[in-house]
Amino acid sequence: MNPLATIGRIFLAFLATTGRITIFTARSLSHCVTPPFFPRLIIRQMIEIGYYSLPVVGLTAVFTGMVLALQSYTGFSRFSAESAIPNVVVLSITRELGPVLAGLMVAGRIGAAIAAEIGTMRVTEQIDALTTLSTNPFKYLIAPRLIAGLTTLPLLVLVADIIGVFGGYLVSIYKLGFNPATYLKNTIDFVDFIDVVSGLVKAGVFGFLIALMGCYHGFHSRGGAQGVGAATTNAVVSASILILSFNYIITELFFSA
Amino acid sequence: MTEAPPKIAIRGLHKRFGEKVVLDGVDLDIARGESLVVIGGSGSGKSVLIKTIIGLLQPDSGSIRIDGEETAGLRGRERDRVVRKFGMLFQGGALFDSLRVWENVAFGLIQGQRMPRAKAREIALEKLAQVGLGPEVGDLSPAELSGGMQKRVGLARAIATDPEIIFFDEPTTGLDPIMADVINDLIVDCVRRLGATALSITHDMASARKIADHVAMLYQGKIIWHDRVELIDSTDNPYVDQFIHGRAEGPIKMQLRR
Repeated sequence: MNPLATIGRIFLAFLATTGRITIFTARSLSHCVTPPFFPRLIIRQMIEIGYYSLPVVGLTAVFTGMVLALQSYTGFSRFSAESAIPNVVVLSITRELGPVLAGLMVAGRIGAAIAAEIGTMRVTEQIDALTTLSTNPFKYLIAPRLIAGLTTLPLLVLVADIIGVFGGYLVSIYKLGFNPATYLKNTIDFVDFIDVVSGLVKAGVFGFLIALMGCYHGFHSRGGAQGVGAATTNAVVSASILILSFNYIITELFFSA
Repeated sequence: MTEAPPKIAIRGLHKRFGEKVVLDGVDLDIARGESLVVIGGSGSGKSVLIKTIIGLLQPDSGSIRIDGEETAGLRGRERDRVVRKFGMLFQGGALFDSLRVWENVAFGLIQGQRMPRAKAREIALEKLAQVGLGPEVGDLSPAELSGGMQKRVGLARAIATDPEIIFFDEPTTGLDPIMADVINDLIVDCVRRLGATALSITHDMASARKIADHVAMLYQGKIIWHDRVELIDSTDNPYVDQFIHGRAEGPIKMQLRR
């Protein structure tokens, strides 16, 4: 085996996949903005992605906020800088942890579900059946999920932000002995509009990516149960990696200037 | 006397996947109102053939004319218009498991033709009755049905929009012989009632004999025999002879190894 040939093959396969995903994305987007629309399906997906993810995202957020307060206290108390805790909690949650953790949890919950559902429809020929019944699978299956992902995740992250800050508040007040009024005042003084907005922009991008990866891998799954299983894994892994890398890119765009 | 133009005319159809050539120049005519059955072994490209004709796969080259209109390479709205002429019964039924049975049958009417749900439901129940299923089945989910019932629902869905052309992909595979015969009877009945042109693929000879006016045999990507079904037993074509008698020995070698 020539190692260079292997590297070349992997690189070519990577380029081919990137191209396929780009074409798939462009095609999906064009179907998102042209009629017919399926509002009932969009609402059903929004409920699935948003409402049913609330418990898991809420729990993630509350514990993250709590542990943030606890850990920053351990560090900051050495320099008598405890007053910076509300600042650290609210900025970490709104800018980074809220969108990223919610994104990762939803990738596991929804990305996998989308890939499994569409993948099963593919291998049981239900997607072909849609076409023969004069219904475009991009419009019927993919567009509603992309629209729902893009619009619902920011709402979910907004809730997660509030719950996360509340988690930090709980630990600071009841364990670390902060004054509630001062803590809240510090929180509100420190957080800027742009902090929250950047987090919500991230959430929209992540929601789109999660739905896109689920749809892409499901749509192209091959070969029965094993193929659907592989599609599910690939959807979650690729969505997670894309979330983390896009998180850096968006942070850079918002805050590096 | 001039002959009526064929409903479907295929010339020089080629399709390959990577290195593997599946269709290697298929020529096939199907007359209006005729029922053609394409027979061939597993992996001979029968499914690829019908999926290419209906437009689920794009041919590499060749011509597919439906009512004299070239359809290979059509896209978007033009493709939609052609697809409306078709109904298709899939091998596994391919029912949408997120929808109830009547919604499955009415899908083409509601989504494709924008018919109001109440009216579509009425037609769906009518079509279900036509395949021998009562209205109580309409509210079940497809997962609650047996294999034979799923095939019937699939058939009802294929004929719901009164298509001009119906495709049957292995209609009897996976059914017991009696249920297979019931499905065969339903197919003959539905096709006759609609006056539709039918194209079926199967390797079940009992089914082929029952539903076919003409039989064509696909072997190594080409149509090697095409004639009236009555003539199938008197053919001197050694491939057809081997296939219909199901003999392991003969000119057709099963590729046991790649």
